[in-house]
Formats: sequence, structure tokens, C-alpha cells
Amino acid sequence: MAQNDAQNAGIRYLNPPTVEVRKKKYCRFKKAGIKYVDYKDPEFLKKFLNEQGKILPRRITGTSLKFQRKVAKAVKRARSLALLPYVTDLLK
Amino acid sequence: MLKQYETVFIATPVLSEQQMKEAVAKYTKLIADNGGEVVYEEDWGLRQLAYPIQHKTSGFYYLIQFQADPSFVEVLETQYFRDERIIRFLTVALDKDAVEYAERRRQNRAKAAAAPKVEEPVVAPEEPEVPVEDEESNEENNA
Repeated sequence: MAQNDAQNAGIRYLNPPTVEVRKKKYCRFKKAGIKYVDYKDPEFLKKFLNEQGKILPRRITGTSLKFQRKVAKAVKRARSLALLPYVTDLLK
Repeated sequence: MLKQYETVFIATPVLSEQQMKEAVAKYTKLIADNGGEVVYEEDWGLRQLAYPIQHKTSGFYYLIQFQADPSFVEVLETQYFRDERIIRFLTVALDKDAVEYAERRRQNRAKAAAAPKVEEPVVAPEEPEVPVEDEESNEENNA
């Protein structure tokens, strides 16, 4: 009987449940031992920007607070020197 | 007490090579005259700007790392403001990590210059190659 089947199999799903295995985020600066974030290096700083040139939050990049502040400062310096745009579309 | 600084300025693209040299000479002289010392200079050449400044889309970038008295920064920036050739500038104090980084960057560039593989085009941004090396050397040295 259908009821018995359900009891035997435990919970049954219509779609197989997707099990997400999230990779643990890490701070790339701590991992690589980088102490100074250079504002003269726009290609590197682009890793911390979205397509509109906005700074990505820590919850996405995994950067530690200490280095997020440094990244933010470096990005802002690079912007003022026209190495990075303030506003744009399709940065990458 | 001397402190380490780094200044980058962008000069208008209309300058000739000679005029650009004069502009650079003016600021290095200014640093020397005010009891400072130029540690390092770097010419980035003509680069595209990420956004137009004063209706210009490119400019000559020049980096000077120097030691000077903190009161000198104001003098330098006043000169920048008065100079019509300069369209943008940034002066930054360097802490000890930054000084260390600047030194390593300098050595990397010296090494890259000693063994040039490809002639770097003047207009194209020459940064993409160097940063990767910088980052790697960072990892190696501090790991």
C-alpha cells in the first residue's frame, strides 16, 4: 500500500533534494601573506569589483575585515587616479 | 623627521617628451630643494584614463617615491594645483609594509627590465604583467 511505502522510504521528494557543498571562503590576503594592497594595480583590484565597478561585499569575496578596509581604500585611490572607473557597465 | 611618501601625477597628453621631462625635473628639484630625497621614479608613459578628466581621455602617468618632511606635502600639492600641465595627482604616505612592497616592486621591475621579452607598447597599460609577478613574489616571500 501507498502508505506503507511512504513509511518505509521515510520522506520522499518529488525532485531529488540538491545538497549544496559550499567551499569554505577564505581571505586571500591572509592565505597568501600579502600585507599591502596596492592601488597602482588595477587588474588585481578588479577581482574585488562587480561589473559596474562597485566594491564587492565581504560575504562574497571572503576577505577579512582588516583587508576589506585596505581593499576599499586602494580601490578608491585607484579610482581617483583614473586607473579604475567610478561608474561603468561591463567592466569585465 | 623624514617620512616616506609616494606621489603619482597625471600630466596632460598634449605635452611633448621634452615638456614632460621638464615637468618631472621641476618636481624632483622641488623635493630636493625642500630637504627631501627622491628614492625612486617610475614613468608609466601615456595611459588611457578610466574616465575623462578635463575632456581628456589619456595622460602621462609619473610616479615618484620620496622621503620628506610631512609639512612638505602641502607645498608639493600647492604646486600641483597651480600647474596647468597636471590634471590629477595623488600623494600617499607609506607605512612600513608599503615601503617593503615598493622595494619589492622596484626589484621586480628592474629584473623585468633586465630581461625584456616583449617590447612593451607605450599606450597599452603595462601593468597586467607586473601585478601577477608581484602577487606571486608576495606569496613566496611571506609564506
